[in-house]
Amino acid sequence: MACAQEMLQLVVAGHVDHGKSTVIGRLFCDTNSLPQGSIDRVRRIAGETGKGFEPAYLLDAFEEEQKQGITIDITKRQFHTAKRGYIIIDAPGHKEFLKNMISGATGAEAAFLVIDAGRGVEEQSRRHASMLALLGIRQMAVIVNKMDIVDYSQEVFQNIRMEMEAFLASRNIYAQAFIPVSALLGENIISPSDKLPWYDGGTLVEALDGLSGKNSPDNAPLRFPVQDVYKFDQRRIIAGRIESGRIAVGDTIHISPGGKHTTVLSLEAWPGPEKPWEAFAGECVGITVSDEFFNKRGEIISKADSPPQVTFAFRASIFWMHKTPLQTGKTYRLKLATQTVEAEIGAIFRVMDASTLTTHATGGALGQGREVRLNDVAEARIIVKEPVVLDAFAASEATGRFILQDGYDVAGGGIVIEREAGAGLFSCFARGDIYARCELFEEYYYSVEDQMVNRHRPQGTAYNIGDKIPLEGKSFAYPEFFDIVMFQDGAAVKIRAGEVAEILPLADYRYEGLPLLNDRGFALMVRSRAEWQRCLADFSAGPPDAELTAKWMNFTTYRSIPIAGNDWVI
Amino acid sequence: MNHLERLEAQSVYILREAYKLLGKLGMLWSIGKDSTVMLWLAKKAFYGHCPFPLIHVDTTFKIPQMIVYRDKLAWELGLELIVHTNRTALDQGMGPEKGRLACCKALKTDALNRVVKDHAFDGLIVGVRRDEEGSRSKERVFSERNAEDKWDYANQPPELWDQFKTDFPKGHHIRVHPLLQWNELDIWRYIERENIPVIDLYFSQGGRRYRSLGCAPCTGQIASSAATVREIITELEYTSVSERAGRAQDQEDAYAMQKLRKEGYM
Repeated sequence: MACAQEMLQLVVAGHVDHGKSTVIGRLFCDTNSLPQGSIDRVRRIAGETGKGFEPAYLLDAFEEEQKQGITIDITKRQFHTAKRGYIIIDAPGHKEFLKNMISGATGAEAAFLVIDAGRGVEEQSRRHASMLALLGIRQMAVIVNKMDIVDYSQEVFQNIRMEMEAFLASRNIYAQAFIPVSALLGENIISPSDKLPWYDGGTLVEALDGLSGKNSPDNAPLRFPVQDVYKFDQRRIIAGRIESGRIAVGDTIHISPGGKHTTVLSLEAWPGPEKPWEAFAGECVGITVSDEFFNKRGEIISKADSPPQVTFAFRASIFWMHKTPLQTGKTYRLKLATQTVEAEIGAIFRVMDASTLTTHATGGALGQGREVRLNDVAEARIIVKEPVVLDAFAASEATGRFILQDGYDVAGGGIVIEREAGAGLFSCFARGDIYARCELFEEYYYSVEDQMVNRHRPQGTAYNIGDKIPLEGKSFAYPEFFDIVMFQDGAAVKIRAGEVAEILPLADYRYEGLPLLNDRGFALMVRSRAEWQRCLADFSAGPPDAELTAKWMNFTTYRSIPIAGNDWVI
Repeated sequence: MNHLERLEAQSVYILREAYKLLGKLGMLWSIGKDSTVMLWLAKKAFYGHCPFPLIHVDTTFKIPQMIVYRDKLAWELGLELIVHTNRTALDQGMGPEKGRLACCKALKTDALNRVVKDHAFDGLIVGVRRDEEGSRSKERVFSERNAEDKWDYANQPPELWDQFKTDFPKGHHIRVHPLLQWNELDIWRYIERENIPVIDLYFSQGGRRYRSLGCAPCTGQIASSAATVREIITELEYTSVSERAGRAQDQEDAYAMQKLRKEGYM
């Protein structure tokens, strides 16, 4: 066995019963990649169950898998050819286990798509090919298996090849090779088969060795998501994995969201004593920096000339893996790189069956058209409740893909198509990396029907410098000149003549004697710089209680609560 | 990055995710080569610190040198070590002669499940590897166990892009598997590269050595002259005998490990 320095991660996909596990089992047997014990074990099981020797049992380890002759869940095995090493991921072909196939495929750089010569291209053949394309896997070979049951017919092979080529082209992927084999009988696996005289391409192993891995993203822009911050000793270490690019001691780094800058002091290492001065994509590192900001998990470190995007909304392709359909307006938990944020589906633009490629327009608005069901692929707008740092998947894979969780369950995955302008659910003030949410334009009213005070949230809008803001609503009236301080998001905004004049970090704000409001339009009872300093100190201590709020805030200065019906706000 | 560097980075990432996202954590430590590598990786991940206790499930049937080595290492490294033994089962006469699977279940599975409950662990870091045996090959990196410690192996959740299962109902726990993708040879090559000390039971004495460590009555030695890490690597590069061939419990039944592991065995 060669000591392979490089390993290619390959997923084997395709329709149920087309022989994926058999192909892998055969590869392992014929290249002597298995310990004697595991072949003996499969022979023993073959004896106990009365079936013949089945190479698939080498991978289908579960009792249920062997008794039913199917693969339920993925496995990964190392395997070597003379050229290099592989980690082979065996994926199930049942539609029911698509989530497991996707779990396998997300770890792969290249794919084999196995098709049964006797049964031809079937539903999961197409669905798996679509999913591989969506997940960004571009290196693919198509294995036409079970050639023995069609008498090694060239015509059957060519028909399957033409059909699959057309389908792959529609998904913008191209197979490197189409290879006729019989995995059960070992034909055209490691050596050419005399049963395929019309075939002049390579063997399965040659096709495997012809696939290439993904390029190392060392030269891409730096993306270093903060995983954790350690303070086990006197060092304050920011830990994470470099997803792309490189980082070196002395580099000026940019931290999103917020856009702060600092300098890398060291790259830490254990056991030492020597420490590296530079690190590259794929490495898990820990850095110390010159400014002791409050760093936290989820922030993304980059270089100032190529930062990621910060947004409240984006357009994405989502694949759904849950029995409960995807719903607009429902809150999901979105995880992207090391960030976790609450998210809603703002609109579903279209739903696609990944096998037939039939698309259903949904009209975009809430609740219309066909819902997004288990195994569907949808294009949708996602709105997050806190700013999320991301890239388009096409630009940066690791920061352009995410999962959606429904309760405790991972329910969907997706890739970012593009950031959408606008503010999402909340209105906000935005300048570069500063995104400060505000509820200044919400309408309060006493509902006659509900006999209680209600609040209506208008469509979210992002206000940039120079934008006019609404000074008058049905339940608020603001002056033309005032300042807004937002304790939660750490920002301040200056409104001059009804326009946004300045958006700045709260730390840089100086009180100038103009009326002061909070992010909900409540007046702050501050009349001097000294009072402002005391107020800032009070609110910096943590979430304010009722006493503190009553001490500094006045609701009725700019706001009122009219009596109205629930149709009043619409 | 080469293969070992990729494996190391992946394990460090997994350990850091577990530490950040799971509540109370413990690391199962069986004194063997895999546990030893896992402890080394934890110290890499946390810059010389091991921020969770180690747990040893002591069946009292372990090869005696293992216990001596365990206590010496824990003392030298200043580790927090939890040792647990299922005394009740032993008092009732449990041992390998009662049946190997029954013995494993009582002294290992039940004892382990007891420790998880007693210490209210949310996460248990375990050094199993896919290439050891079939049911382990099908594992997730973060694998949920319910309140009865059962593994719902036929319905595992999706695990995409290193977004692991870290949200679960109270009373459940997560088995974290940082070494899942390593194989036996990777472990030894890493021990060689990093120069990690391991217990000398692995090295040949009088033409025999242990390839896998466990309880004395159920663990056999193999014929081998490999007396150094390098010689072990050379031996493994040419062997076709499986690593756990000397572990009797695996051979009891074609699906023995699946049955044990469904109930909470490591």
